[in-house]
Order: sequence, then structure tokens, then C-alpha cells
Amino acid sequence: MTDGITKVTAHISPNEQLIFERSQQGRIGYRLPALDVDESPVDDLLPREFQRDDDLEGMPEVSEVDVIRHFVRMSTWNYSIDIGMYPLGSCTMKYNSRLNERVARIAEFASLHPLTDEQDAQGALQVIYELEQHLAEITGLPGVSLQPAAGAHGEMTGIMIIRAFLDARHGAAASGRRTMLIPDSAHGTNPASAHLSGFSVKTIRSTSEGLTDLDHLRELCSHGDVAGLMLTNPNTLGLFERNIKQICEIVHEAGGLVYMDGANMNALVGIARPGDMGVDVIHLNLHKTFSTPHGGGGPGCGPCCCTKELEPFLPVPRIVKTDWSVGEPTFRLDYNRPHSIGRVKAFFGNYGMMLRALAYILTHGNDGLREATEAAVLNARYIADGLTSDYEKPFNSPPMHEVVFTDKRQSRKGVHTLDIAKRLIDYGFHPMTIYFPLIVQGAMLIEPTESVGRQELDQFIGAMRSIANEALEDPELVRNAPHNTRIGRLDEAAAARKPVLRWKP
Amino acid sequence: MRYIPNSPEERKEMLEAIGLKSPEDLFDSIPPDLLLKRPLNTPAALSEIELLNRFEQMGRRNAGARRPSFLGGGAYSHYIPTIVDHIISRSEFFTAYTPYQPEISQGTLQTIFEFQTLVCQLTGMEVANASMYDGSTALAEAVLMAERVTRRSKVIASFAVHPQYLEVVKTYVQHAGIDLELVDFDAATGQTGETLAHAVDDQTAALVVQSPNFFGCVEDLSALADAAHAKGALLVVAVTEAMSLGLLKSPGACGADIVVAEGQSFGVPLSFGGPYVGLFATREKFARQIPGRLVGEAYDKHGRRGFVLTLATREQHIRREKATSNICTNEGLIALAATVYLETMGRRGIQEAAQQCLQKAAYAARRIGSLKGFSLPFSGPRFNEFVVRGPLDAAELLSRLGKEKGIEGGIALWQFFSDRPNDFLVCVTEINSRAEIDALVDGLESVSNR
Repeated sequence: MTDGITKVTAHISPNEQLIFERSQQGRIGYRLPALDVDESPVDDLLPREFQRDDDLEGMPEVSEVDVIRHFVRMSTWNYSIDIGMYPLGSCTMKYNSRLNERVARIAEFASLHPLTDEQDAQGALQVIYELEQHLAEITGLPGVSLQPAAGAHGEMTGIMIIRAFLDARHGAAASGRRTMLIPDSAHGTNPASAHLSGFSVKTIRSTSEGLTDLDHLRELCSHGDVAGLMLTNPNTLGLFERNIKQICEIVHEAGGLVYMDGANMNALVGIARPGDMGVDVIHLNLHKTFSTPHGGGGPGCGPCCCTKELEPFLPVPRIVKTDWSVGEPTFRLDYNRPHSIGRVKAFFGNYGMMLRALAYILTHGNDGLREATEAAVLNARYIADGLTSDYEKPFNSPPMHEVVFTDKRQSRKGVHTLDIAKRLIDYGFHPMTIYFPLIVQGAMLIEPTESVGRQELDQFIGAMRSIANEALEDPELVRNAPHNTRIGRLDEAAAARKPVLRWKP
Repeated sequence: MRYIPNSPEERKEMLEAIGLKSPEDLFDSIPPDLLLKRPLNTPAALSEIELLNRFEQMGRRNAGARRPSFLGGGAYSHYIPTIVDHIISRSEFFTAYTPYQPEISQGTLQTIFEFQTLVCQLTGMEVANASMYDGSTALAEAVLMAERVTRRSKVIASFAVHPQYLEVVKTYVQHAGIDLELVDFDAATGQTGETLAHAVDDQTAALVVQSPNFFGCVEDLSALADAAHAKGALLVVAVTEAMSLGLLKSPGACGADIVVAEGQSFGVPLSFGGPYVGLFATREKFARQIPGRLVGEAYDKHGRRGFVLTLATREQHIRREKATSNICTNEGLIALAATVYLETMGRRGIQEAAQQCLQKAAYAARRIGSLKGFSLPFSGPRFNEFVVRGPLDAAELLSRLGKEKGIEGGIALWQFFSDRPNDFLVCVTEINSRAEIDALVDGLESVSNR
């Protein structure tokens, strides 16, 4: 063991070191075929001053067995969907099907180079085309690009499309339209993405009901400088913005466009479509609604879907279907889109995620997609009902796929949201999203998804109610949680003061 | 639907338990005129057997996937040890979320810390983040960061940077008040030399180069760093073929200020262009300007070491529109794949794979360059890619090679450089056997010779 580091327990697995601390000179974990061409002196091929002279000092030297044990031991320190309910609000942690993983590993897709001539990649292009068609149907927005790599990337793409559209419509006068309206309950990525597209942000208040304040919206729209609105629906409080049609009309009348953050589409698939509500452009998170795995922080895929009017502005290349009168349809790449905002990523985006999402849509079928939405909303409503007696629910309206509670009652005893979240770990659950949305003090945002059965929902409700009881009777127990994890709460403030961001010998 | 645990009967009971009559009641808060009153027009459900058949059938239309291949240009075929996919397929890694709760995410956090360390070691830099979407977006973020650090708005990039990377940079900076200037490479060497160094002035935020560049030529990074620094500009280096870091002097050792790379070469399948993983590294003094997530060491009250997401005040969920980037979800699992790969291959494996790339590419270049009618237009030193000029239109030549010989021979450059109709880019790695290279050489000779 490394000096100065206190052992967690005597057990070997929780004490797994960094690979660099495990490294032993001379250990080997690989074998390549012997070089089968005539070898030239390296100096003849590459000037000495261009060659590495540090001999990769410090890179690990370990055997294959070392690597396997290293990662398997570390893996046991993680919570995951496959262990149990993962009720992170606005994250949609649903089951990641193994079948979709298998599809993504089919050699004809997994081994296909992105610059393969399009004639020799017809199957790959067909997958993109078909997924685009299905997402267009699901959102009611016919123009789709799968190029963005994640939700925030899709947001940036959507906002740049709005900007390009306004610039094309107003010419130089568009410079007077540089305000993006964003509700105070929005994800932090919204203002950050707006800023990247050169917009300044004005914040719209929410009403005491947790919905967009229409009067404030009208007021903000009265200055003639509004480029658009970024709205999450259902919003981050889990509430459907029932005035959405009116909201879109107000923004449109003011000359702006409406962008919808599709993070919460799991509440709407098969039930209602953003395109029918007046939304102009939306991003989806395939790694939420369409179950591609989160992977401990990506990869994601953040398709951008828009109206016919905005389609010319989508990133290039587009995939178009050509001659399909005889035999199988053929697809080609179209770069000739003079109004396009340009390319947002090399190649075609996170293609492997597209395969998984298409597999999700095809295994569910149209009725299964709706069924999943119903089950997800039902589970959230069931939790809302089960926790109301013990936790403060700041909004009365019935939630959609996620529900927000607060620590108002528990904080009287000095027990706060963070403590409740940490205590939940001791009961074997991953905590909910905490302190978001920012407008709700001590927020606990709970999204069970459809992937949880009734017994586990009851266990979760039971755990939360038990913690509420502990907060009354033994607040210290909750405040010092978690008690059963490999390590306790880490001193994050100290970590940020003197950051150690890499191992050094 | 088999992924939904509750049966229809159980759901009915749950509805009753919360005082609702039918599933429709769940959507009462949606105005009736906004409800979709018909089934979605997407296909009916497929069984597992039908689904696999469907995808395998589409897969058969990807003729390019099974052929011996010499395609590079930002995506590379390298050997992937079997254990990489096994480890990233563990539930504990691939079905976990971003590690927001450190007590139950230490597996993910420690692997990211190792990833950051490996990226620093390879690039010769002091700080690396937890990953970007890919090399192209990492480069765009590097340009934005250079503007923040220097508070200058002019950025000069070499035309020998991957054309798609340049397109992405253009998209990202179009509303950022950055003036992007492109300068040409030397037509004889294929390197970015004097012209770039001369274009730097005291308004320049950064010089942007790729090495090895899009044509496979290794750039003289030390000279470019000196030229940039003399005017107070940063040197931003992009690497698309990360395997080259096993052999080439690190950009950090050459004086680079920001290094970005595509990490796909490290254990990540081609997968038609993604998901890949962007590496992003810089100097310690710029750590608070870095985009994306950072993992740092931390201790609990008993002195036990763990890891946490840190310096989060740079990020969008706290800083909102003033954040260093809008990035949230990045490429966690692919960064894990790269980490497993780098640790399995280890110090010696990365060196040997890089050596084999160099030697095999040199062998291929020698043989192709001596074919009648073929030449190698650039004289600059190379790693594992090089440009070949053939006796006829490259697209036609490569198409014949594919159809008649079943070989993916290279990337026709006309699609990026219309003045280079006969040029194509060839990439050779450790997985290309001598027999494959010889078949490529023979094939080129035979399909061009008629």
C-alpha cells in the first residue's frame, strides 16, 4: 500500500491502487505479431529531434491479469442501473438493453470506416436515414440531424440554427435580435449554449404554480430584441407547460423562435409532439429517452429536429434517399446546403448510439413506445403520491415523469437535502437529483423511469419515509450518512483549493 | 413490452391506488388539442430474432467493412485487445451515470483520474480533462479557450489540419468574435512552415496546427511554438492519430500550450465515425480555463483517498452563460476504453505499436512510390500516413481497387482539395500484414495499368 493512505478495510478489493502505483517494470499485457517488413533505422525515417526522448517514463507496465483485476475491483465501487433504481431527475436512467449493445457490435457497422465510399456504406447510411424518419414522426418536426454528440451539443446546434434563420430573414437588422429568453428553472447548458451562439440571456420567472410566467414573457417580448425562447417541456419541475401553444404564439408574434430542450421527452413519446405545440426546433437525448447507456458520463447523442422552414440550416452533410424505384433504396451524402450552419462534429456524430436508439424504437414498436411513456409517468405519480405525507411538495399540479420535493420539513431539524441523498445510499438506492432546479430551495428531483417495478418503488418510498422519520428522531444519523460505503463524504472544498488532477511519481 | 417490469394488471392496480381510472388520466395536464390522437407511425415491434436479422441485412450493404483497409484520415484501424470490450461492458461501468455521488462512483472517478494522467503523460502536458466529444470539437474548444486566455481574437490555422476539423472550428467560432485565418502548407514538404510563423502577430491568440498533419507529415512543433510565443500567442496542437504519441516527441515537450487529440486509436472501434473520444490537455496555469469535467484527488474525514469532480465553478451547471463551455455529457465510456487500452498495451506496447506503424508505412510508401506512374508528392517526415499521386483520377482508381481487388486503398483527396484529383491518402498500421500491403501495391499497379 502507498504510504500515507489509510486503508479502507483489510479487504483487497476496496484498496485497489492507481495503476501507476501497481506498475512493475518489465510486466507485459499485450502481444503483437512480429514485424513482417524490412526494418529501417528509425533515424532514417524520422529526424532525431522529432522523436520522443522520454521513453514514456511513468506509463504503466502491467500484465493482462493485473488490468482485469484492477478494473473489476474498481467497478465494484460503482452504483449502476443494473443494480437498481437510479432516480436522477432529468437524467432518465432507464434500462440499457443488451440486445442494443449486440446490435452496435455487429462487425459490418463496428468495423466500418467513416470515410468509406458511400456506395460501400449503404447499410450504415440507411440506419441514419431511418432513425431520422422515426424521430421526425415522434417529435412532429420533419428536419433531423443526428450529428450532435450530446444534449448540450444539440442545443448549440439548435440555437445556431435559430441564429442563422434570423440572420437570413433580417440580414443586418438581425443584429438587433440577440436576446435569448430562458426560464429560471432551465438546465445550465441552456444559457451556456445560447452564449456560444452569441446571444445574451434574459431570465423568465416561473409562477407560484411552477410554470412559465406569461406576463413576464410578454413583457420581455415587447422590446423587439427577442431571438427566441429555450423551454424545457415538461419543465424541470416535471410539470407540463400547459400554455405551451400560447407561449409559442407570443414568441412567434415577437419575431422569435421557440427551442425546446428535449431532455424530458420520456414524458411525451407517443402522447404528444412538440411540433404540434408550435415548437420550431428541439434536441433529443438518445442517451435518455432512447436508452443508449450513460456510460459513466457519455457518450451521448443529441439529435436536432426542426420544422421544414428551418431544415435548410441543419448541419451538413445530410443523408438523402435517392432512386428507390428498383430494388433496395440508395442513400447519399448531400453537402450542397448553402444555408447550413456548417458541421458540428467530424464524420456523422456518435453513430454507435444511433444503432442502439434505432434498435430501441424497433423493439418497442409504436405501441411499446407509448406504453413506456405511460409506465414512466405512472411510476413518477406513484412516488409523488407515496411521499406527500412525509416531504414537502412545492407545487400542487400533478407531475409528469418526474416529481420535485424539498427538505423544508426536515431542515427544521437540521437535516438537508444533501443529507437525505447520502442517507438514501445506505438504503441501497442511488440518490435523486439534488439542488436542481435552482428555483426550488433544497430541491429533490425524482425520476424513476418505466424501468422500475412496483416492489422496488415501494422499497424506495419506504426508504424515503424511513429517512424522514430518522430526521426527526436521530438527525445526526442522517447528517453523517453514508455509513456503509467504501469511503465517506469527501472534502470537495479542499480538493478544489489545491487541485491534484493527475498522478505523479 | 419486456423492458417494463410492471404488468398491465399491476399498472392498473397502481393507477387505482393513486386514484386514477385509466392511463389517459396521467396526461390530464396536457391540453386535449395537443394530444396525439393516433398511434405513432413507426414500425410495429420486432422480436430479438427479427431485429438481429434486420440489422444484419442492413450490415451486408456495408461492403467496406470487411475489406483489408488503408483508410485513415482521422479514424484508424488498430489492434484492440479483447479485454477492452469486456471491461467496458460491465454493468457497473456502462450503466452508471456521471459520477455526481462520489461515495458510490469511485470506480468511474478513479478510472477518469487514470485517464487524465495517461493523457498528460502521452501529450507531455500538465493537466487533462475527463474528455471531449471527439478530436474535432476538442479543437474548437481549444480555439475558444485560447481566446479566453489571451483575450485576443485572431486565430491562425494551417490548411493541413483535417478539413472536417476546420469546418467544425468554423462553426463553433462563427459567433464568438474570432477571426479565423487559414494559411497554406508548403507544397513540397507538406508541412506547415514559414508562412504560418510569419502570419503570427501581436493580435494573434493562437497558432493551430495538426501533427502529424492531414497529409501524414510531422510538423516542426518546436519551431512553431517559438514563433507563437515570440508574439505572445499560444500554440494549439491537434493530433488525429494518437498512436503517433508513442514515438513522436510530445507536443508538450515541443512547447505546445493546448494539445487536443482524437483518442479513437486507443481501443475504440471505427463504428462509422463515433462514438470516439476527444483528449484535451494544457498547462497547469490554464487549468481554470479548461472546458469540461475534471476529476481530482480528495480525502474523507478518516484520511481515506478518493476522487471527486472538481473545479466545477468553471462549468455550465454553476456558471451558466459564463461557463468555459456548454459541455455536460462527454465520452465517459470511450475514455474508459482508451484507459483500459493504454494500460493493457502499457509503456512498451504503445511504443511497439507506434514503431510497427512507422515501419510498415515506410515499407508501403517505398513500394508504392517506386511503381510506374505513382509518386509521393510530399517530402516531409511521416508517421503512418502519406499522400500518393496516381496516374489517374484517384476516386476512379480507388473504386476499381475496391470492386476488383476487394481492398479499401485510401481516401481520395479531391473531396477536400479539388486541385488534387489524382492524390489519395494511404494509412498503414500494425494490423496491416505485409501480405496485405503487397496486395495493395500489386492492386494499384494492375488497376492503373490498362
